[in-house]
Amino acid sequence: MIPAAFEYARAGSVQEASELLAKFGEDAKVLAGGHSLIPLMRLRLAQPSALVDINNVKELSYIARENGKLRIGALTRHVELHNSSEVKQNLPILAEVASEVGDNQVRNMGTIGGVVAHADSAGDYPTLCVMLDAEIVTNKRRIPAREFFQDLFTTPLENDELVCEIVFPAESGPHKYIKFRRRLFDWAIVAAAAQKTDQGWRIGLTNVGPTPVRATAVEQALAQGASPTDAAEHASDGLSPSGDIRATPEYKKHLARVLTRRAIEQSQ
Amino acid sequence: MSVTQLVGAKIHRREDPRLVSGHGRYTDDLTRSGLVHAVFVRSPYAHARIKSIDVTDATKAPGVVAVLTARDFEGVILGPMGAAPGLAPDKKVPERFPLAKDEVHYQGDPVAMVVAETKAQAADAAQLIEVDYEQLPAVSDLEAALQPGSAKARSELPDNVCWDLTLVPWDATNDAFGKAEVVVKERIYQQRLAPVPMETRAVMAEWARFDGQLTVWMSTQNPHLIRLPMALTLGLGEHKVRVISHDVGGGFGSKIDPYPEDFLVAAAAKKLDRPVKWNETRTESMQNAYAGRGQYYDVEVAAKKDGTLLGMRVTQTLDVGGYAMGFCTFMVIALIVSGGAYKWPAISARSIGLFTNKVPTDAYRGAGRPEATHLVERMMDKLAAEIEMDPAELRRKNFVQPGEFPFTQNFGFVIDSGDYDKALTKAMELAGYQDLRERQAQLRSQGRYLGIGLSTWIELCGFGPAAAMAPATGGLGLTESSQIRFHPTGSVNVYVGTHSHGQGHDTTFSQIVADQLGVPYESVELHHGDTAEGPGFGFGTYGSRSLAVGGMAIYMSCQKIVEKAKKVAAHVLEAAEEDIVFDQGRFYVKGSPDKSKVMGEIAFASFGPLPPGLEQGLEATSYFDPPNLVWPFGTHLCVVEVDPDTGHVDIQKYVAVDDCGVIINPMIVDGQLHGGVAQAIGQALYEEMVYDDSGQLKSATFLDYAMPSANEIPEMVLDKTVTPSPTNAMGVKGIGEAGTIAASAAIINAICDALRPLGIDHVDMPATPDRLWKQIQEARSKAVSSDGSKGGAA
Amino acid sequence: MKHKVATTINGRGREDEVEARLLLVHYIRDVAGLTGTHVGCDTSQCGACTVLVDGKAVKSCTMFAVQAEGRQIETIEGLADGDNLHPIQQAFWDEHGLQCGYCTPGFIMAAKYLLDTNPTPTEDEIRRGLEGNLCRCTGYVNIIKAVKTASQVMSGQARPAETPVATPASGS
Repeated sequence: MIPAAFEYARAGSVQEASELLAKFGEDAKVLAGGHSLIPLMRLRLAQPSALVDINNVKELSYIARENGKLRIGALTRHVELHNSSEVKQNLPILAEVASEVGDNQVRNMGTIGGVVAHADSAGDYPTLCVMLDAEIVTNKRRIPAREFFQDLFTTPLENDELVCEIVFPAESGPHKYIKFRRRLFDWAIVAAAAQKTDQGWRIGLTNVGPTPVRATAVEQALAQGASPTDAAEHASDGLSPSGDIRATPEYKKHLARVLTRRAIEQSQ
Repeated sequence: MSVTQLVGAKIHRREDPRLVSGHGRYTDDLTRSGLVHAVFVRSPYAHARIKSIDVTDATKAPGVVAVLTARDFEGVILGPMGAAPGLAPDKKVPERFPLAKDEVHYQGDPVAMVVAETKAQAADAAQLIEVDYEQLPAVSDLEAALQPGSAKARSELPDNVCWDLTLVPWDATNDAFGKAEVVVKERIYQQRLAPVPMETRAVMAEWARFDGQLTVWMSTQNPHLIRLPMALTLGLGEHKVRVISHDVGGGFGSKIDPYPEDFLVAAAAKKLDRPVKWNETRTESMQNAYAGRGQYYDVEVAAKKDGTLLGMRVTQTLDVGGYAMGFCTFMVIALIVSGGAYKWPAISARSIGLFTNKVPTDAYRGAGRPEATHLVERMMDKLAAEIEMDPAELRRKNFVQPGEFPFTQNFGFVIDSGDYDKALTKAMELAGYQDLRERQAQLRSQGRYLGIGLSTWIELCGFGPAAAMAPATGGLGLTESSQIRFHPTGSVNVYVGTHSHGQGHDTTFSQIVADQLGVPYESVELHHGDTAEGPGFGFGTYGSRSLAVGGMAIYMSCQKIVEKAKKVAAHVLEAAEEDIVFDQGRFYVKGSPDKSKVMGEIAFASFGPLPPGLEQGLEATSYFDPPNLVWPFGTHLCVVEVDPDTGHVDIQKYVAVDDCGVIINPMIVDGQLHGGVAQAIGQALYEEMVYDDSGQLKSATFLDYAMPSANEIPEMVLDKTVTPSPTNAMGVKGIGEAGTIAASAAIINAICDALRPLGIDHVDMPATPDRLWKQIQEARSKAVSSDGSKGGAA
Repeated sequence: MKHKVATTINGRGREDEVEARLLLVHYIRDVAGLTGTHVGCDTSQCGACTVLVDGKAVKSCTMFAVQAEGRQIETIEGLADGDNLHPIQQAFWDEHGLQCGYCTPGFIMAAKYLLDTNPTPTEDEIRRGLEGNLCRCTGYVNIIKAVKTASQVMSGQARPAETPVATPASGS
């Protein structure tokens, strides 16, 4: 379908983008990769009054290692994350996740900032953010990931506020992301992430609730010496996932346990 | 590398250079001077009364040419859409006008049409139309539709029954079930499928007012079959209507019957005196393209303990949808071939068609024959498990044997030829059946679930003999036409009434003509898809009929031309006609092969002076009325492993041995099989049109409707047997639908075979991971509770 | 309100004034008149609209024309060199990698990107590399074969297929 009409402006800098968003008002949206927004606009499920195109804001495109952290500019595309030697060396699970987002064409356009700002708990990066205690840096403040993903599609971002950077800890230990879906390019029905750190395991779950989940009960069980199978039984603790045409809540809880066990067992 | 004989040769397609270069001519690629664009406003509700439609704001919107509702077409659209009698002539056919007048019957039913200068303006104006609906109870569930007290899908009818047809009464199988030593029963579902051609529908129409001529460009499988109802409905003679279909991006049965939009675009062009174009969005296609399958079958099989089949009782319950459109009764044919490749002393069969508040169902690749194969092949496996017989052995025991053809089956149809055991044996060898069974046993001891599934399919296609088809088609029969014309310098135009939409007829039919007429392949040009060209009528491409009927019409015209050419050659070579030999494209007098003339030279001569009684020109028009349908067959074998922890099915091996008689181009045959099997994999494991209780479609995009990508389709090992058809001179059958007909049974049989240790003996489609997991869980907990101990492998 | 857009399509520059909401695929088809790029869905799955923008495969239905300002766009029409088909096009032809042809331009452009970034992919890498494109006719088997053949020809491992040319032995 044809999207509804909107005003359009290209920003050259973060500052300019913020000013344009303020100028256009509440119903304005940021246009980065566009792969969450434009499909909604084509179906007229979203009809923003204005789009601020930040694709030329070069200052948002970088990957930098600094003091044991990996700083990733919001405009970094999935394909860049997947191919980056910095990412492969310092946070290989992120490179693995980036290679599983959508397909080649989507990976050329979609950005990590866009996925994070969209806050879909079925997205893969938000799970890593929450699991690893990442920090979301906007043009106004620094927000811990666990406070950023408030609810499905809901973040504390203000109208003129953009995601500028995501800061992850550098972790290159054993890791695995297992994404269970029907077709290779589908969103996860459920996914499980496992990352071994010097302080113990971190376990994250995708699409088991309105926000990404860090499975602390599993982490604690592992810390107390439980086997992967026994620890993974806790993956569904406290979960009440929603059902849809792909999966019932019971199935999602079951998958959470199975995939968590496999992610731990297959971590390398 | 040149080939001396084209039929049977693997040559690449002549239609491809333009398609790989982006120069296809799909309907939305076309434009006309002064073109305007249409958008339809559709009911968001599955069942509702229209109280009012307010078009005031829409009419004033920028660029709008007209906003049209049903009453605006009075005097232009003269009557309802109508439906052919089909296989249930007594069915109820509620009147359907292209735009709903009072009541809408499925989500997507069109109620208004916006025409504007640009697509964007039409989309904007459409949002401004306000329709006031009074929602009515909707019928969403097929099983519920039959229950007394069910909501009514159509307010004007007393219940939801469209037809109730007993083909063979129940008492015909009393004896069989009386003598039965074993009886197996099942209810088998065939979920609704979206056809998903990659090109959605598109229609463009132009009215030449002073000539009184209407030209319609559209994506269709059969231009003539659209022209006729369109002409009638608009009050025009067929001679004043031209339907042109260039490239069609897939049909699969969903582009056979006319749609409301076809009439509306044409009528709007006439009414507004501007050319109008409409292109369907994918969401509209998911919602409005005539849907495939949508049935369930209650089947009972009676047999002896040694595996001899005694009888079958089968009831088909079919989801018609909100309207009874043209082909909906065609799927009754599933009952007619429900006996499959086997001999049955008796079969009782009944079909019930029910209205629901969903988009109408219609033909979808295989159209009834996949359903038949699926049910009979599932029951054979169930029976085999019940009597603990190898599934291949059980099939062999009951096959119609090679010496028994032509074989009159239970419904009076004559199966022309077959050798079912040959295909089965070959498939089992190719797959390494014995090794597979050993591996299965090994893996079972490790708690893994490997399964082997067979589908020894047969089908009837090549529709069809005029006498047999005429009652179903309202008198037109289903023959096929061709016209072949030589030009003085020896090149040939061929016209045929079929209409390739990916099947490669430009190539394969040219192969036939070049061989038959002995002319260079490059001098043959094939045209189809334009009602202004070629013979007076054609029937189109569906039902795996194009080669067996259309190809034969071409063959017939070739024979007529050669016959006449011999007469001309006799004149040119100054000999008696009986002494003329035609061989490898050359005419010569018996005994003097060195003094020959090629076909091209004879063509030239045919335009010059000829003896009295012999007319000039070298051309022929033919209509081929096949004496029978044709009956391809084969065996598909599928190996799967099921992950009991997730319910995921991994297809590890897929082998297909198929027999379509004589092969024209093996590359194209294999391509049809690949595509057909892929669609069956889609049905078996991934696809389903999902509706909620109020009839809202929940699977309207590719996100939710899981059509497979390359990663979900395994490698396939294909082989052939060749049993020429005695029904036609070329010995050809059809293959376009075979893959889809065969494969779903092979896959589901494999899954059931894999899960047999858990006590699971039937699985419905789509066998998605969540469903299979649930079934496995239930089977395991049943095992635990009945034993009081943990049963089954971990 | 209209916006100026300057792009280069298949090597030729052009300037147009378009609405911001005009999708890149409609710009290519309706404004530039290149109808080889097709629309197949509403939600960016099917890939029939795939073109190359600055050498990268993108789904042109999920981009606005205004985003292509200053960029180089390559569509299916620009792939052949005069009458000489690109090896990928030739391979699709030789391996029967298309039936109705509607998804084909998108597949060919996606395959070009795949082979530009990975000249000798395994069969598994080809399947993964084409996950953004859907086909209903072919069952993908011959598409995979075509991309494999193209990669072999393009990397010098094989000569172009000797496809039978259909000329009967009898003369004309």
